[in-house]
Amino acid sequence: MTQFTPISALLGGGLIGLSAVILMAFNGRIAGATGIASGIVPPLPPDWRWRLAFIAGAVVAPALIVVLGGRPIPFQSTIPTPWLVVGGLIVGVGAYFGNGCPSGHGVCGISRLSPRSIVATLTFMATAIATVFVVRHLVGGL
Amino acid sequence: MRPILSALLAGLVFGAGIAVSGMINPAKVLNFLDLAGAWDPSLIFVMGGAVAVATIGYRLVFRRTRPLFDTSFHLPTRTTVDARLVGGSALFGVGWGIVGFCPGGAIPALGLFEPDAAIFVVAMLAGLGAARWFDSRRAQLAR
Repeated sequence: MTQFTPISALLGGGLIGLSAVILMAFNGRIAGATGIASGIVPPLPPDWRWRLAFIAGAVVAPALIVVLGGRPIPFQSTIPTPWLVVGGLIVGVGAYFGNGCPSGHGVCGISRLSPRSIVATLTFMATAIATVFVVRHLVGGL
Repeated sequence: MRPILSALLAGLVFGAGIAVSGMINPAKVLNFLDLAGAWDPSLIFVMGGAVAVATIGYRLVFRRTRPLFDTSFHLPTRTTVDARLVGGSALFGVGWGIVGFCPGGAIPALGLFEPDAAIFVVAMLAGLGAARWFDSRRAQLAR
């Protein structure tokens, strides 16, 4: 069970949108986690530095919130390790061929009204919902 | 140096947004995707907030002819919906539905020192790298 948290969801979502605007205004880049992360996988592209800086910021921010806020950020993962590996590989391959993920397609792409991003977002939402239904309600969990 | 600092700032705001919104928690993501179970609709509000801010912000940014620290905007040039996009996205959703982690959620989760996030991120980067290698190899053979 996780609680429905509309206020913090809206606030956090607004920050994610703001991040996309900052990266476009200063760097002229799409704030998509897949595209940025693929730039730190060898062979490195010539512009890997700003990508690594974005990732460093994204990793440090939650740690700063925990330290400054003085309370933990909710995190629960109950997926067995072999499935984490399988899921990670599938996500990586899918994000490569699909050219993006919820941040790149779902936030940046939809905000630009990109038809490709709208189709991609509807597609991965649909297969993710179907997968959760199969895993939780037909198979009975991992 | 300036584009590195602005990217760092964007990353900090992104990571804070993922943490505050609850997207950092794979259980919350899975519960959003679980329409037939204990459904948690929070993610709709995350997407709504993000798209609202980015839609307005992008409009203002694109009034300029170039970004502040670069000579031009780097926007995707492809516009056609093809099998590669749909197939890749469909596959992505299957993996996302198995674990509840997506790239943008899992990378900030590394900052919580969660081993599961680290395992996922390593596997995801391996998948990205392998797919890119396979793709460039296939392109070479086709030539």
